[in-house]
Amino acid sequence: MIPVNFAYCRPGTPEEAVQAYEGYEKAGKKTWYYGGGSEIISMARVGSITPEAVVDLKEIPACCELKEEGGHINMGGALSLRAIADSQCFPLLGKAVGRIADHTNQCRITLGGNLCGTIIYREAVLPLLLAEAQVSLQGPSGVRRLPLQEVFDGRMQLLPGEFILKVHVPKRYASMPYFHVKKAPTEKIDYPAVSLAAIIEKGRLRIAFAGICTYPFRSKEMEEALNDTGMTIEQRLNKAVELLPEEPADDAHCSRGYRQLLFENMVGQALMELSKASEAGAGA
Amino acid sequence: MMEYNEERCVIELQVNGLARQVMVRPADILLDVLRQELGLTGAKPGCKNGDCGACTVIMDGWPVKSCLVLAVEAVGHQIMTVEGLGASGGKTSSKSSSAGTSAGSSSGNADSGTGNGSGNGNGADSGYIDPVQAAFVQANAFQCGYCTSGFLMVCHALANQKPDAEEYEIESWLESNLCRCTSYQEVRQAVDIMLGRS
Ligand SMILES: Cc1cc2nc3c(=O)[nH]c(=O)nc-3n(C[C@H](O)[C@H](O)[C@H](O)COP(=O)(O)OP(=O)(O)OC[C@H]3O[C@@H](n4cnc5c(N)ncnc54)[C@H](O)[C@@H]3O)c2cc1C
Ligand code: FES
Ligand code: FES
Repeated sequence: MIPVNFAYCRPGTPEEAVQAYEGYEKAGKKTWYYGGGSEIISMARVGSITPEAVVDLKEIPACCELKEEGGHINMGGALSLRAIADSQCFPLLGKAVGRIADHTNQCRITLGGNLCGTIIYREAVLPLLLAEAQVSLQGPSGVRRLPLQEVFDGRMQLLPGEFILKVHVPKRYASMPYFHVKKAPTEKIDYPAVSLAAIIEKGRLRIAFAGICTYPFRSKEMEEALNDTGMTIEQRLNKAVELLPEEPADDAHCSRGYRQLLFENMVGQALMELSKASEAGAGA
Repeated sequence: MMEYNEERCVIELQVNGLARQVMVRPADILLDVLRQELGLTGAKPGCKNGDCGACTVIMDGWPVKSCLVLAVEAVGHQIMTVEGLGASGGKTSSKSSSAGTSAGSSSGNADSGTGNGSGNGNGADSGYIDPVQAAFVQANAFQCGYCTSGFLMVCHALANQKPDAEEYEIESWLESNLCRCTSYQEVRQAVDIMLGRS
């Protein structure tokens, strides 16, 4: 049972959603946009959050859209992870979200909910960072569309009253060779110890991580080092560890040492994929 | 726009093919409302955290963990619980030869602890044993039975949504549910029976 009461509404348009959000806030209620609800319900149940109103985005048609337009794949913020994976519109993203939680939960968890969640993993963001995705954010002053990297700094930086209306992925990234690996401490279905997503574009590796640090990230400095064929594989791996944006996380889920070991192992695998791709390219 | 701003509100849920009016708080989860207000105790509370799958029901044909759904979210959607297996629209499509029988005609003990729901206003035909239930009985796919209704719901949705599911898809659907008695192999076998592959 959730021990607090909150108001609930289900708008039919993005504008109605913002109006409802503002209306509740004006009435003094702490308001949350509501996607699949899995994090809001589980956190409210244990008292970690105490929402006073929620605005459910799932029945806004634009938030559930999945279509190709103008060289982009447009995905609504309230699309379920399962719908994205089943559509195969962006295989790397499908692979990454297909490893979040389990099949049944994937039918509920939304893209926007995963990107804006408070847990440290937010694994759906990795392929989006690699693919130079853009986001359309709906807020009190309308819609702004901008590169995800500008508003994702470890977590989504939204203005008050804003929500993710759509995510736009340039279509060309959807067909590039990719590599994804997620290692959890014990079970297959669990939060990651380390999760890695990579795209190989014209013989260069783009790489992003979740789990290793306390937030997901893509590091262009690390990519430079990993793509530097003037260094041995070992030197590149050492450089990658040096270039982590913070020390590997160390918590009850997984120790720092084990995370670092997995990280080195997984980056090594990614480098092997890169050299296979280069050989295939050279042979073609 | 649908709005529930009061502390308590009356909502109408479509459960197992029947319209049911119920008074809820907007913060009530579907699992509690099904069990406590509607007497449909087939969906079981386990972790109440999305991990175990004991509370799984079907929403518009897809499995959901009812501990992570608000009752008000279900307004306007079709809910099916284990009690509704066999109700109109609640039959599992099956390629199994022992599918869709009436009670007594399948081998083994049909009492899995989840019941087929006859007699509590849930819409199911009395005595009907759904193919997914028959397959579970045939494969002895339960021990204590606590997880069974959740597994039945997932398997029912799988048969209807993906009758030609590949091995990896079956694995991934079943991984959503935990069985503390470790009946996993038997559940897997039941799926093969249900899909007419065994
Ligand atoms: C059993 C289980 C296992 C999990 N395993 C993993 C895992 O392996 N990896 C992983 O990354 N995550 C995992 N998660 C976490 C899950 O992805 C997050 O909790 C996610 O936030 C849930 O998405 P939701 O749509 O249900 O979000 P909600 O609970 O609806 O919302 C979560 C947050 O996002 C905000 N929000 C929702 N939609 C939008 C939007 N469109 N725009 C702006 N803000 C929005 C809400 O206000 C809230 O702050 C798991 C969760 C569960 C229940
Ligand atoms: S009780 Fe809902 S998943 Fe465990
Ligand atoms: S049969 Fe006991 S939990 Fe599955």
